[in-house]
Amino acid sequence: MWAWFHKWSSPRWFYQLSGTLLPWLAVISLAALIVGVAWGLMFVPPDYKQGNSFRIIYIHVPAAAVAMAGYLLMATAGAISLIWRIKLADMVLKCAAPIGAALTFLALVTGAIWGKPTWGTWWVWDARITSVLVLFFLYIGIIALYEAFDNKEAAGRASAILALVGAVNIPIIYWSVEWWYSLHQPASISFTGESSIHPQMLRPLLLTITGFYCFFGWVLLLKVRNEILHRERSTRWVRDLILSR
Amino acid sequence: MSDPRIIWNVLLRRELLVSLRRRSEIANPLFFFLIVCALFPLGLGPSPALLAGMAPGILWIVALLAVLMASDGLFRSDYDDGTLEQVLLSPVPLYVTSLVKVLAHWLLSGLPLTLLSPLLAMMLQMPPQGIPALLASLALGTLVLSFIAAIGAALTVGLKRGGVLLSLLVLPLFVPALIFGSAAVQRAVLGMDSSAPLALLGAMAIMFVLVAPLAIAGALRVSHDQ
Repeated sequence: MWAWFHKWSSPRWFYQLSGTLLPWLAVISLAALIVGVAWGLMFVPPDYKQGNSFRIIYIHVPAAAVAMAGYLLMATAGAISLIWRIKLADMVLKCAAPIGAALTFLALVTGAIWGKPTWGTWWVWDARITSVLVLFFLYIGIIALYEAFDNKEAAGRASAILALVGAVNIPIIYWSVEWWYSLHQPASISFTGESSIHPQMLRPLLLTITGFYCFFGWVLLLKVRNEILHRERSTRWVRDLILSR
Repeated sequence: MSDPRIIWNVLLRRELLVSLRRRSEIANPLFFFLIVCALFPLGLGPSPALLAGMAPGILWIVALLAVLMASDGLFRSDYDDGTLEQVLLSPVPLYVTSLVKVLAHWLLSGLPLTLLSPLLAMMLQMPPQGIPALLASLALGTLVLSFIAAIGAALTVGLKRGGVLLSLLVLPLFVPALIFGSAAVQRAVLGMDSSAPLALLGAMAIMFVLVAPLAIAGALRVSHDQ
């Protein structure tokens, strides 16, 4: 297990192995997104109360889910980078932050677009919207801190500490905001009980969620590979790789 | 120097002495608190009913900003004059040094701010039954905020343009303390029981006093190595 861990944590190995993974992720994410979005937008019957406006969940819900999972991934990478001083984890942290921030922003914007016809207003200070907004601020803080350091190694460790502090705070923020006020409907998908969403609507949603996860992985790998090439640009294997092209 | 109590006393004495020699740095956040609170009636209009309703929120937000301001320079002079280097080299764990440093800072910033707050509450027409909850929530809350802000200050101490960045890092983390703190005061003003939000603030204070020094110590190491 440790040998596997070390192998993957070497930038060179990661570059080669991720290269074989990339096309698969790209194909799965594109296929799932195209099929899921087309199915959700065109073939699922409209909601009896919300009409067609509910269809935005096929973008909104996956974006929000992956935005949160992205923060968790980033914090985990931060912990790995602090404990084992693995350079690769640093790069994952750095590259995941802008993608996560973009997805959080997408979740907020699609939520606002859905809120206008449904609640009659673009923005409501409800618990879940507010905690996603705070999540967006946390992402922005990490990006800003990373960019402020000239020394990239220090930047990685500082952002890792901040990501961990943020991860400890996320449950507190979530419960405090929940306690503060709640208007948002409870979660529709439940793994333990019966989902309150009709299976006909659920199936394309699961597809787009899968698509968003794969898309996140795909973009993350592309960015990390780019970062590896940039940081290891003075090593021999990168030079060989570029010359062989 | 091996008895923990002696270490504790020496460190605390040093921090308090150094801070007390720079009196204006203690006074400035308090005047900031006073001035910004005085700006609200000018901006919102002097209607007592309006001010009374908003006073808990105003006091809490301004206190939060004052703590943020006060924490900006928390490690700066130690970093600039090389004290931080000596602290890192000393056999005393950095966890303990950070803990004592922030506690001493709170004694000279958060605590005076708390004691000043009833005066401002009266100026903002807040009903007097909210004052005990205001004192309790600000005492616990400024402690929580000081420890969170200290993490940010330690992360940015080595950077040339730390100020705005610090607020970007730290303000989102202030959200829970703000919610519980202002809720405690609002409930007390309405004559309701405010022990639940105060208990939550207390739990947060215990957690941050114990856990934040770990992050502060790590951040100081990063800033120093940079």
